[in-house]
Amino acid sequence: MKTYLPPKFIVERDAERCIQCQVCVNQCSFDTHYYDAAEDKVSSRAGTCVGCHRCVVFCPTNALTVKGNPLDYRENYNWRPEVIEDIIKQAETGGVLLTGMGNDKSCRVYWDHLVLNASQVTNPSIDPLREPMELTTYLGRKPDKVEIDPNTLSLKTELAPQVKIEVPVMFAAMSYGAVSLNVHESLARAATEAGTLWNTGEGGLHPSLYKYGANTIVQVASGRFGVHQEYLDAAAVVEIKIGQGAKPGIGGHLPGEKVSAEVSMTRMIPRGTDALSPAPQHDIYSIEDLAQLVYALKEATNYTKPISVKIAAVHNSAAIASGMVRAGADIIVLDGLRGSTGAAPKVIRDNVGIPIEMALASVDSRLRQEGIRNRASVVISGGIRNSGDVAKAIALGADAVYIGTAALVALGCTVCQQCHTGKCAWGICTTDLALTKRINPDIGARRLANLLRGWSLELKDILGGMGVNALESLRGNRLHLRGVGLTDTELEILGVRMAGS
Amino acid sequence: MSDKANAVVKIDAYGLSHKELNSRLREAVSNGTCKIELRNVYGQRYIGTDLNKQIEIEIFGVPGNDLGAFMDGPMIIVRGNAQDGCGNTMNSGEIIVYGHAGDIIGLSARGGKIFVRDDVGYRAGIHMKEFQDKKPVLVIGGTAQDFFGEYMAGGVVILLGLNLKEGEHHKARFIGTGMHGGVIYMRGSVDSYQLGKEIGVAELDEKDLQILKQHVGEFAHHFDCDAGEILKHNFSKLYPRWLRPYGRLYAY
Repeated sequence: MKTYLPPKFIVERDAERCIQCQVCVNQCSFDTHYYDAAEDKVSSRAGTCVGCHRCVVFCPTNALTVKGNPLDYRENYNWRPEVIEDIIKQAETGGVLLTGMGNDKSCRVYWDHLVLNASQVTNPSIDPLREPMELTTYLGRKPDKVEIDPNTLSLKTELAPQVKIEVPVMFAAMSYGAVSLNVHESLARAATEAGTLWNTGEGGLHPSLYKYGANTIVQVASGRFGVHQEYLDAAAVVEIKIGQGAKPGIGGHLPGEKVSAEVSMTRMIPRGTDALSPAPQHDIYSIEDLAQLVYALKEATNYTKPISVKIAAVHNSAAIASGMVRAGADIIVLDGLRGSTGAAPKVIRDNVGIPIEMALASVDSRLRQEGIRNRASVVISGGIRNSGDVAKAIALGADAVYIGTAALVALGCTVCQQCHTGKCAWGICTTDLALTKRINPDIGARRLANLLRGWSLELKDILGGMGVNALESLRGNRLHLRGVGLTDTELEILGVRMAGS
Repeated sequence: MSDKANAVVKIDAYGLSHKELNSRLREAVSNGTCKIELRNVYGQRYIGTDLNKQIEIEIFGVPGNDLGAFMDGPMIIVRGNAQDGCGNTMNSGEIIVYGHAGDIIGLSARGGKIFVRDDVGYRAGIHMKEFQDKKPVLVIGGTAQDFFGEYMAGGVVILLGLNLKEGEHHKARFIGTGMHGGVIYMRGSVDSYQLGKEIGVAELDEKDLQILKQHVGEFAHHFDCDAGEILKHNFSKLYPRWLRPYGRLYAY
């Protein structure tokens, strides 16, 4: 069938600059550039370019420019090009539209409507360059009250297991299979260097990465891939994945093409079969059942590590979160509307779930109202872009955040949303061995650790400006936030006052 | 073997929480005990979950949900009925139930063996997997409820229906829905409306008979019945028609 889809991007090659070196041909995994040996000439074809900019960055003579195709349909706010092209794709395939990365729609980004406070005159700001600033965070259940033995002055209360992180930013769950082993190694090494945690996602943990266990969160999800005793024992935290912001309520299908020999070993399934993660966990149909799996994992790890439960942020997250805490979760993770994915049906990614800012504010408020906020740490994810977002999230009530897309961007990702094709030209979201070599774990770990260092320095600057010297003083302190351009209802849910009030 | 290893440690589970009971089990195993007898078990969950040794636990009473969840090695003998989630995500070992078992028996198991003398509940064998020499086996003497073998990605599930009366059929529907690996052997007849659309039915070949003989032989040994008599009956082999049941679902 002839496709009616117009090219998305146009590649322009500056003939004077191009030296026919074929770097672009070799770098492009979408067959956009080709070399004609007879004419000894490199050219580009329209139609296959996904706008990932791999060729642009690697062209040694800066001969390439990639532009959006200016093709204009008749202007129509309702029938926008994306809408038309989606229909064309489905008319030609009859399938569910698949996409990668997070929701790219214009649903309000509340971080951009929140501003932070600073000290002026009436209280001094602190210079983080000269005074100690504390970003250390302990994740895990905190006791309702603390008892001290008056004679020995030692702690009488038995503490639940805690995990210490030096910066309140962790790497979000991305499974081996969705991303490559080199990406996992980069994340693991950067997390170790920065004193934070990375998350295996649900594809198991490759044997070569067990040595980073003290900085690893292992996931137990509906597919139970690669879950066994050593995997649970290796980790600092075990996370039960109920849902994901990019695809609340549905499972995952890792296509057989991505189940390579190594992925098959780590997931413990035969090579080439689809790795199907069912939509629900079939032993969890209620809060009581969740408690059962939480305690199964506590028993399996002999109560030595915090058990985390991750859900997608949905309409009644606050009530669910309350149930999760009561079910014994030591950490609860909320993944918002803009949470990312290696592959999800587009209609789900773009239409299901609620913004993380609203979910966080309502969950934190609800747990406080019920007097159980101390019983679990709250971690959020889904669209955290910079340290400003992190600071605002902490002020809204989060203990820490996960970053997924931001981490991948540090590794080279340009958010071209082709993760689901398995052809990532940056070698990130693929298991093709020729492509995965493009991530060098030495360089990858360096880039990620650099990002965390930069954000840590900025967070200290933000705290110093507010006149506080510990992240703990900002946590859940919504008086440090003000809203700009928000309705009364939005302000009420966020628990934040209007700027100027 | 030392005397300690030979001795049977008896634990009275009456009034113990699952945490206390498992902590007693851990203590016994770390002392080198190889055989433990649990008396008065009243629904305690997660028995044997993190004992990764070749020990034997004999349970008198009713163990609770998630018996042997994530288990790696032990043999558990249940003198009574097992509840839901028996052998959940089990890696290796053996569970033998002298009675019924509840829902999702063998959920996501990727190794080990489970034998149930009587019936099981819904979604038995769901999402069982296999990898190389790791191949879970589930043998059920009675019948199963709906979604039997759902989402199976590997392993061997055998349903014997020994308690079916003459002319009576298995009643499970949606058998093998979403199945994309492994094999199910069913003794007695099954109608096509009972089967998930991802599975096919085949006659048994020599290799299948070998597999059946081995596992039914073990079943018969545990429950003291005649394997030859069981195997005389006609069996159907249910297999996944595709490794990738949902491969054609998407538009890229």
